Amino acid sequence: MQTAPFDYYRPETLSEAVDLLTSVDGARPIAGGHSLLPAMKLRVASPAALVDLGRIPGLSGISRNGGSLKIGALTTHAAVAASDVAKSDCPVLADTASHIGDPQVRNRGTIGGSLAHADPAADYPTLMRAIGATVHVTGAGGSERAITADDFFVDLFTTGLETGELVTAVEVPVMEAGQSGAYMKHRHPASSYAVVGVAAIVTVDGGSCTAAAIGVGGVTGKPERASAAEAALVGQAPTDETIAAAAAAVAGDLANPIGDLYASGEFRVHLASVLTKRALSEAFGESSA
Amino acid sequence: MEVSIKVNGKSYERDIEARTLLVDFIREDLGLTGTNVGCDTTQCGSCTVHMNGAAVKSCTVLAVQADGASIATIESLASDGELHAMQQAFTDKHGLQCGFCTPGMIMTAVKLVESHPDISEDDIRHGLEGNLCRCTGYENVVRAVAEGARLFDPHSPWEMEPAEHKITLREAERRARERSGA
Amino acid sequence: MTTTQRAFGSSVRRLEDARFITGQGRYTDNLTQPGMAHMVVLRSPYAHADITGFDASEALGMPGVVGVFNGQDMADAGFGAMPCAWVVPDSDTKTPAYPPLAIGRVRFVGDAVAIVIAETDAQARDASYAIDVTYDTLDVVVNGREATQDDASLVHDEVANNQCFHWTVSGGEVEAAFENADVVVAETIVNQRLIPTAMEPRAVLARWDSAMGEVTMWSTSQIPHITRFLMSLVTPVPEHKIRVVAPDVGGGFGSKLANYPEENMSVFAAQQVGRPVKWTETRSENFLGTIHGRDHIADVELAAKSDGTVLGLRAQTWANLGAYLSTASTGVPTILHGLMLSGAYNIPAIHEDVYGVFTNTTPVSAYRGAGRPEATFMVERMMDLLANELSMDPVELRRKNLIEPFTDGHEVATGLIYDTGNYEPALDQALKMYGYEEARKQQTAARAKGRLVGIGVTTYAEICGLGPSEVAGAVGFGGGLWESAIVRFHPTGKVQLMVGVSPHGQGEETTFAQIVADQLGVMVEDVDVVHSDTALTPMGWGSYGSRTTPVASGAIMGAIEQLKEKGTKIAAHLLEAAEEDVEFADGLFSVKGSPEQGKTIQDIALAANTAWSMPDGVDPGFEAAAFFDPSNFVFPFGTHIAQVEVDPETGEIDFQRYVAVDDCGPIINPMIVEGQIQGGIAQGAAQALWEGAHYDDQGNLLSGSLMDYAIPKAEFLPKFELGKTETPTDVNPLGVKGIGETGTIASTPTVYNAVMDALAPLGVQQIDMPLTPERVWRAIGDASKGGK
Repeated sequence: MQTAPFDYYRPETLSEAVDLLTSVDGARPIAGGHSLLPAMKLRVASPAALVDLGRIPGLSGISRNGGSLKIGALTTHAAVAASDVAKSDCPVLADTASHIGDPQVRNRGTIGGSLAHADPAADYPTLMRAIGATVHVTGAGGSERAITADDFFVDLFTTGLETGELVTAVEVPVMEAGQSGAYMKHRHPASSYAVVGVAAIVTVDGGSCTAAAIGVGGVTGKPERASAAEAALVGQAPTDETIAAAAAAVAGDLANPIGDLYASGEFRVHLASVLTKRALSEAFGESSA
Repeated sequence: MEVSIKVNGKSYERDIEARTLLVDFIREDLGLTGTNVGCDTTQCGSCTVHMNGAAVKSCTVLAVQADGASIATIESLASDGELHAMQQAFTDKHGLQCGFCTPGMIMTAVKLVESHPDISEDDIRHGLEGNLCRCTGYENVVRAVAEGARLFDPHSPWEMEPAEHKITLREAERRARERSGA
Repeated sequence: MTTTQRAFGSSVRRLEDARFITGQGRYTDNLTQPGMAHMVVLRSPYAHADITGFDASEALGMPGVVGVFNGQDMADAGFGAMPCAWVVPDSDTKTPAYPPLAIGRVRFVGDAVAIVIAETDAQARDASYAIDVTYDTLDVVVNGREATQDDASLVHDEVANNQCFHWTVSGGEVEAAFENADVVVAETIVNQRLIPTAMEPRAVLARWDSAMGEVTMWSTSQIPHITRFLMSLVTPVPEHKIRVVAPDVGGGFGSKLANYPEENMSVFAAQQVGRPVKWTETRSENFLGTIHGRDHIADVELAAKSDGTVLGLRAQTWANLGAYLSTASTGVPTILHGLMLSGAYNIPAIHEDVYGVFTNTTPVSAYRGAGRPEATFMVERMMDLLANELSMDPVELRRKNLIEPFTDGHEVATGLIYDTGNYEPALDQALKMYGYEEARKQQTAARAKGRLVGIGVTTYAEICGLGPSEVAGAVGFGGGLWESAIVRFHPTGKVQLMVGVSPHGQGEETTFAQIVADQLGVMVEDVDVVHSDTALTPMGWGSYGSRTTPVASGAIMGAIEQLKEKGTKIAAHLLEAAEEDVEFADGLFSVKGSPEQGKTIQDIALAANTAWSMPDGVDPGFEAAAFFDPSNFVFPFGTHIAQVEVDPETGEIDFQRYVAVDDCGPIINPMIVEGQIQGGIAQGAAQALWEGAHYDDQGNLLSGSLMDYAIPKAEFLPKFELGKTETPTDVNPLGVKGIGETGTIASTPTVYNAVMDALAPLGVQQIDMPLTPERVWRAIGDASKGGK
């Protein structure tokens, strides 16, 4: 089943890619293509041109950069999942990557593509919000800027990227002593996307939770922070009761949930609460281990 | 546009439309019809091939994206009339019925056992998430992959080069004997 | 003397595998013809609309386009409507016209409106988007029960209340049974619509030879001979000038058991453009344009005495047939459904009214099990509800009502006579394999801790091996149900077996070779099974209804017996012995008492094919043809047990164990039989847990892709624990029963009842299938609100 015809460009440099995206009418970037190509085959999307980022050097790989990990936009999910540095310095990142889609999808899909597509059912955006990631982008004339995950995800399939801007890397903080994270999702039985995904990053010091960040994806148009739940944890000992209280507070931050044939908005909110509880239990379990 | 793609060890230069999917390039342009198309949303995995040594769904790769890449399809697994260990395992364990999903299933399985030296049933079931079969209920597919893994040496040097990426049953058994010290 | 293992009963590796595991399968879409053009079908985006305008001028000007045609073009070329091949008598069945391409009105989303022929598939697809069709939309009905109401819009103007038929089965004194009952349980049972989803989408390649006036059509079909027959009625080409070939077919499950519009369109297109034409369905098209299955809504009541003795069952069922009648559709919710409402039990009185209903949805026909899963689900669900009502163990209730062992036929209230059966040993074996008593104890302990563990048990009997042709005629099937076989020895002793059935993945290229090898003492590898080509095989009625082996084996055995007889004559002649002194065993004809003096069957094949010295009155050649019409259907049976645990927080179901003991008589190839059962269990469990087609009220299929419609993945399923008993049938020479559908028939209620058993402490009695986490979670929530 073929896409509609399109013009194809394969720039060798980032600036060439940005130039093409700003100058060619209807051009869209393609990396792994695992969100875009299925939509194009069904002709839900018919861009006039594709700018293939696949040959641009320097956009792939994971490196430790002070207190953070920098992941090139073209790094595949499989590469993140298998990365030794990710596994040791930010295990929740590698773990999240290992649960995206299926093995073949992970071999092609890229972190930059996933973030730029901003599908509410995707896994990475949820983690990025919880972990406090920074998205690095390059735009016209080589202008670079860094966008926090909080600002990057705007709505359903909508990001803070300006026309012509490309994601080049994403930076996530490494897990400090006493800090740990967990990602849990309710997987759609057909698509394998997250119906609801919850990422929890917690810090425990002296038997007390000193910081907590919870990201919830799949419930609204963009990954949300469960601020009330986070607030309910800080300063508390991570007991089952505290965790349950925090999980119960998640719903308050999830107004206007989306629903579909498989899961209503109400059920998604409920799942968010249950998965928050489970993700917190796992994260606190890791942090005390 | 012009592409040069190495498929099963042989380079092919072709002038193709940009929208040509890798699977259509393989099936239509090269006439290698062992790779099947079972869906249009990247779910079923019937079209799985190895691209630069990784299992990918060739229905969701543009042929132009594979320009310069090395592709291995199901047709490359057997050599000199001898089946690859995983092929042998699929027939020995009745891991197929209608056979339509089988090429993709085998191509995924080959990579799966390579990356899991001590593979468990759970690893196999999860590792096949991207491959749908409607006939078998997967029971015998799982048995076949486990059997293929038993015959397989995951640490052998040929895993780097897709064109050379083959292991015959005889070779697999020889290695298994060596490993067991027999 | 050495003991050789018989080919019959051995897990012989499949002969067909070699081509599949090496990527050499000959699926229809893999085939090409010189000069071949490609066809794409433009489908209606509306569920119900009048076509008020059609303009293909832009499409015709696009690159590579060879032609664009619509329904009127096809009608003008002499192509008619596609007949339903099964019109059940005494049911007042309406058969509105089903033209391959819609004429004037579309009746479901996906109804074919036009075809584009172009040099490439991509060009044809591009052009299809450029055809300008204007529609005037009409009101839509999608629900089979609601469609019969007086204010519902009509799918076909001439069919009042959208009622295609009203069929009744009745046996015993039903009213009296309910009057005399101590207890009656009632439930509305929905067997939701399913989408077969064979992994190979459908495809057709048609070649028109104008010089000879002949069509050759390769198609993804389970029924090449029936398709040829039907196409001779639809196309202007007579039957003897149509050749239908089903090369390797990538699964069917009933979805390739029809003469489809695209088959007729491809022939039409090939004639129009004078070139071979190929069409290949996309998966998205498959969801819309290939038949669906199930979709029954039934009000069911079961009457019993307080000791659990079942007295009667009564039901009203609305069967959604979709917008048009597919080839076999009306037989599914009637003959294959209502007649099986006794299940494995003595139910002295049964009455069912079945209403076949047209709606603005994809046509519904036979999907694996076809009618029997719906019936079995109804019976088994009611049995569990009765057990709950009586606080009886569901196994005890079933055992009490099981039909006693029988070897000479057992008549049930619906009028069917089951062939042979011995149900309790299968039940006992399954209980033992599962460890039922211990599991119930563990369940009690788990429940005490608030865990929702459930066990489901099904004892089933099903009807298959379709079937006696006389019965086929009596129930309105428009053809026979006998089978044919030709066993041909070549001079070198190699054998070809030509059969009229059409296996499509099940493995009969191997099992049939095993029968020949076992009977005639040749190597399995020396038998080539030829099937699915009307030019090469004798007339036969195809592969469905688990009939391939039970019916075709009778024909194969008939041919084998003829060859044994002829071989004996020739051997006696060559050995200069009296015919009655020659015996045949393990491929050797020898004189009794002196086995060293013998002729192998290969010797005989050479002698007969050269015919240098034949006995008087014996013709040359060593081949035999036989036909076989069974005296009855066959009725496999068994017991299945499932164990699940429900997550009370999320409604997710952990599918933990599955035990199946099936009886299909003597087993030709255990490995293949197990594979059939395993695949069937997965499909049936999927109806309970994951699969369901869903339309919105405008007739849009919301579950229209593999992104939405969840067929099982490897990680969803537990290991299946299989056992068997062997009770031969007396309706065919080998005693074999069908096994292709038992897994699907038994597993849906088994898994469903297990989940309901898990939820029983909460008071949950009914949840619509599939049992998605949200539905289960809501049921748990509603039950707790109800205060139970």
